[in-house]
Amino acid sequence: MINKQAIQLRVNGTLYEREVEPRTTLVDFLRDELALTGTHVGCEHGVCGACSVMLNDEPIRSCCAFAVQVNGASITTVEGLAPQRGVMSKLQDAFCETHALQCGYCTPGMLVACHDLLQHTPHPTKEEVREAISGNLCRCTGYQQIVDAVMLATAPEGETHVK
Amino acid sequence: MSSKQVLSNAKPFKYIGKHRRAVEHQRFVLGQGHFAADIQRPGMLHVALISSPYASAKILSIDAKAALDMPGVVDVLSGEELWANVDATLPGVDAPHVTRYPLAGTHARYAGEWVAAVVATSRALAEDAAEWVNIEYEVLPHVVDPEEALLPSAPLVHPKHGSNVIFHRHFVWGEVDQEMAACTHQLSYRVKWARNSTVPIETFAVACEWSDAQGVMDVWASIQMPKFPDQVAKALRLPGNAVRVHFDVDVGGSYGVKRGLKHTILVAYLAKKLGRPVRLVEDRLENMRGGDMQGPDRIFDVTLGFEPDGLVKCMKMRALDDIGAYSGRSPLQLGKPVGAIVGPYTIHSVAYDAMAVMTNKTPQEAVRGFGQAPTNYAIESGMDKVARFLQMDRIALRKRNLIAPDQFPYLIPSGTHYDSGDYAVVFDKALKEANIEELIAKRDRLREQGILAGIGFSTCLEPSGGNSSFEPLFNPKNDTTTWMDSCLVRVDLSGSVTALMGTSSSGQSHETLVSTVVAEVLDRDPEGIRVLKADSLNALPSNSPVGSRMAIMLGGAAAGAAKKIKQKLMRLAAHHLKVREEELVYEGGAIHVASDPSRALTWAALIEIMHRKYHLLPPGMEPGLQEKFVWEVPTGGGLPTAEGRIQMYPCHSFESHVILASIDPGTFKVHIHRYVCGHDCGVMISPDVVHGMTYGGIAHGLGAALMEKFAYSEDGQLLAGTFMDYLLPSAHEVPEITIVDHCTPSPLTEFGQKGSGEAGYLGSPAAMASAINDALSPLGAHIDHLPMTPQALWQACASQSQALDAKHALTI
Repeated sequence: MINKQAIQLRVNGTLYEREVEPRTTLVDFLRDELALTGTHVGCEHGVCGACSVMLNDEPIRSCCAFAVQVNGASITTVEGLAPQRGVMSKLQDAFCETHALQCGYCTPGMLVACHDLLQHTPHPTKEEVREAISGNLCRCTGYQQIVDAVMLATAPEGETHVK
Repeated sequence: MSSKQVLSNAKPFKYIGKHRRAVEHQRFVLGQGHFAADIQRPGMLHVALISSPYASAKILSIDAKAALDMPGVVDVLSGEELWANVDATLPGVDAPHVTRYPLAGTHARYAGEWVAAVVATSRALAEDAAEWVNIEYEVLPHVVDPEEALLPSAPLVHPKHGSNVIFHRHFVWGEVDQEMAACTHQLSYRVKWARNSTVPIETFAVACEWSDAQGVMDVWASIQMPKFPDQVAKALRLPGNAVRVHFDVDVGGSYGVKRGLKHTILVAYLAKKLGRPVRLVEDRLENMRGGDMQGPDRIFDVTLGFEPDGLVKCMKMRALDDIGAYSGRSPLQLGKPVGAIVGPYTIHSVAYDAMAVMTNKTPQEAVRGFGQAPTNYAIESGMDKVARFLQMDRIALRKRNLIAPDQFPYLIPSGTHYDSGDYAVVFDKALKEANIEELIAKRDRLREQGILAGIGFSTCLEPSGGNSSFEPLFNPKNDTTTWMDSCLVRVDLSGSVTALMGTSSSGQSHETLVSTVVAEVLDRDPEGIRVLKADSLNALPSNSPVGSRMAIMLGGAAAGAAKKIKQKLMRLAAHHLKVREEELVYEGGAIHVASDPSRALTWAALIEIMHRKYHLLPPGMEPGLQEKFVWEVPTGGGLPTAEGRIQMYPCHSFESHVILASIDPGTFKVHIHRYVCGHDCGVMISPDVVHGMTYGGIAHGLGAALMEKFAYSEDGQLLAGTFMDYLLPSAHEVPEITIVDHCTPSPLTEFGQKGSGEAGYLGSPAAMASAINDALSPLGAHIDHLPMTPQALWQACASQSQALDAKHALTI
């Protein structure tokens, strides 16, 4: 057994203080310690992106970070993307509308990647969307309806989804 | 985008075929999915696995003493103990000595095979302890090449079986020898489909908990498997009603492979033995190497007989499939293609030599299409080769051979009737959408710039409505003839409708399917209809979402149950309003007399009578309101003839693919300029879902065509166990795709629907290969094996230029 270390971090706005083994990855910490199971484990070597979360304002792979490394930081997971309980974000709403998911396993990571894109590129082109999600693997959708979702979410007001 | 022929004289659909948000999506986008790895039970233990480092070895000893002394470690399980306490699982073919247990016994038969399981209070501690288990092996000879495995000198993967061939049958349907000899031309070729798989982003996960008091094993697993609860119970030597599989677990992708029988038997055994909940979540390497989920790995040797006008009359096909070291249903993946062995073509006679061979590699599991995608690739490669041989246009060649719309139902030589289709029109629609003349001009402009550019086509079938007719075909001792599915619909006192299905979903939006269908029949708002996945002890029989079957089978069962509810309400209303049922009109759940709409019963009034007013019911009517419907596969129920003719699946969807691609002259990476897919799966119940599956299937097929391969070294080590070696297509590799819909309703199903779960994947590898070979054709080069990686393409070009150089040298 390895000595645990105390950490403090804010996740989806709530402050948590916990003691963790230094080897505990951030994704295991979020899922096992905080019961935030929305973030998924896909490959555990930083390729598939299913475990993506926002660390402060940057997306990271939570399978490749240790919980102790993010001591003091602010984390946003898929559970924190909705503006309030019972209301979906524009992006979440658009994902539902365009059928941008099937099994839902890669979806939390996809939403995080798209959320990050829209923070600095509010009106992306399709190519920019593909670039932004190119580090997130999806086996169900072939990505097309995910691109559609982001285009819908970022369409000027009043413009509806073309399909 | 879509053009639709609705069944003539039929009332237009109210909910079917319309855009509707999938019911399932909201929980996933909010991070509230319920996956097997999310299961937490008090006191839960965790499993780490120790795998064989050798492709073939005798296990001499397992010393777990040091591991058992470590903190948090509860148990180390060996194959010896497990074999004594559970029963083996058997192959789908008649090979009783090819037994499989979750852990190796005296011998390990592939590198990565699980040899021991360590159980501890956390996965990390279990992994720590796994390093302290000492296992002594004696390395034995192995075989990894399927053709070498056929040689008399080859080491036997299962010596007791006496051969590495686990299944072999030579089918002859029609006078193929005579017809072949009579053909003006015969062309023989070999193509290879590489070992790849569906590789879901979620690995396999299972949690089990045993209750001494109830004598019940609860199972939460990321499962997609027919008869899974029965097989788990059988292996554990438990009665069927002692295993409760929770089908409400969300499955993070499967596309065929999430069978997890060995995982579940292992974890359930441990849970019962230790009296504590136990969970196993595969890590990615465990999944890729020891998860037993690799796909078909085939060598096709084909001869086509044809005439100068392009008519292909007969085919001889030998398919050698490397199933790896153990067998589940994998040899049957050579059987399903029997039901579409001639593709969409009028090929008149066929000889099919199907052989499944075992090697010291990770076992094969069911993959999207159940063997049809490789077969389609083999057939389509031949169509291109015939066209090239005759110097005929590849489109014209296909059209010369496509079954015509007035030929349906069309009987193919191997005994299946195709239900309906309009193949040439669906092909034309794709060609028109792609603007084929402009596409050819664009290809030629690219070629003028010195770029290798090509256009690819494929016209392929997707047999659907998943039956199991390949079981009796490939195993005379198995006379299974039903592959039913079912649904129960219930209306509660408040008038709310709830439907129960009896299988888990892995992204197919079954809740959306069932609620749409029930809403259509009952004319109620689908958004108010709840769909539940009953656990296996509460469920009606289901054979799970395999073989593109659920729109047909679950959709048909849901419609059947809802129709019984509606019939019951009509009977009640006729009794209450004192008219004949034919005089009544059902509308929106309310019923009125056609000639006098004031004489009516509202939905609420009808439901109230059903639940509370027995005195108002027709005599003998059962009170309350719920109905079940169990549906047999349409056309099912038959056994094969002596020559091996059988109706395989009932419905046949069709897809045509058109691609323009180029090969980067520097990197040999393939770039796709245009991708169009014409698709006909009859009436689409949920168009968004069908399109989604088709996009995804095409992407999956592009992976198989260009990127994905479970490569092995000569010493039997898996070389592609991570996502850095086994490459899945990303949003960069998958282009924007245009789908053109067409609708030829099936005469066999409730609404005219056909299946679509395997759409796209059945034709995209063939079309991609066609485009690449067209691109290579100016060099005189060609490539007949997948995946067509940059390295493989470079080699194809390099060997061709060497051959040209040599020829040039000779000429000089």
